[in-house]
Amino acid sequence: MSVTGERIPILRLGKCLLVTIQVDMHDQLAMTLQADLASAIASQESSGLLIDISALEIVDSFIGRMIANTAAMCRVLDAETVVVGMQPAVAITLVELGLTLHGIHTALNVERGMAVLEHAAAAGV
Amino acid sequence: MSSAPIVAKQASFQLRSTVDLAVARRGVRDWAQNLGLSVLDLTRIVTAASELGRNVVVHGGGGVMHLEVVRAGDRQGLRVIFKDHGPGIPEIARAMQDGYTSGGGMGLGLPGAKRLVNEFDLSSTPSEGTCVTIVRWKS
Repeated sequence: MSVTGERIPILRLGKCLLVTIQVDMHDQLAMTLQADLASAIASQESSGLLIDISALEIVDSFIGRMIANTAAMCRVLDAETVVVGMQPAVAITLVELGLTLHGIHTALNVERGMAVLEHAAAAGV
Repeated sequence: MSSAPIVAKQASFQLRSTVDLAVARRGVRDWAQNLGLSVLDLTRIVTAASELGRNVVVHGGGGVMHLEVVRAGDRQGLRVIFKDHGPGIPEIARAMQDGYTSGGGMGLGLPGAKRLVNEFDLSSTPSEGTCVTIVRWKS
């Protein structure tokens, strides 16, 4: 398994960024992604971030914390974060684990997530 | 209850880095799927294994994970054993409380993992190490 140089691609959708997590991330890859997202939000002046986790089979407390930290970072950089596509089994497991992802916007899919971000952008001044 | 379950299949995974952890997690996932655990039970035991495996790597100074298919009567399940020779857990009762952390994390690992499995056993001796055993039975 290669470790160095691995990156998860970040796509631009208008004023928003979209990242689709399709691999079982090891911890270093998750930390790299978190840093990449903060840089991209700032350099591209994005107002929103969509994190698509529909392909993720598990979210443990480490990945949960990474998602929560990313959302907090984005908020400081004046961007909203929406986590989309969480599988039902992952949602049940997260709650049983005790991780409630408090304060993080979620949506069932990318389309609905975009609608949440557009609504937030329109409501903001 | 019945006597000790029979081990039908066994494999071991090194846990020295978080890359090892990803490999071990994949092993638990594949075995859970082959055993025919439901998607929810598979998600639960892989998540629990990820929490406990990370403890071994981060707090235990590395160790090993044993993965077993066990049979007891007509029940089948997946048993995962985590062993390290780290500093041990001085206050197990506190470590099992939600929100208690020795630093860095959110303190969900041990009590959270326990909620995700059918059986959970923790033994730890200060300066000798920690052993955690979990079982998820096929329903």
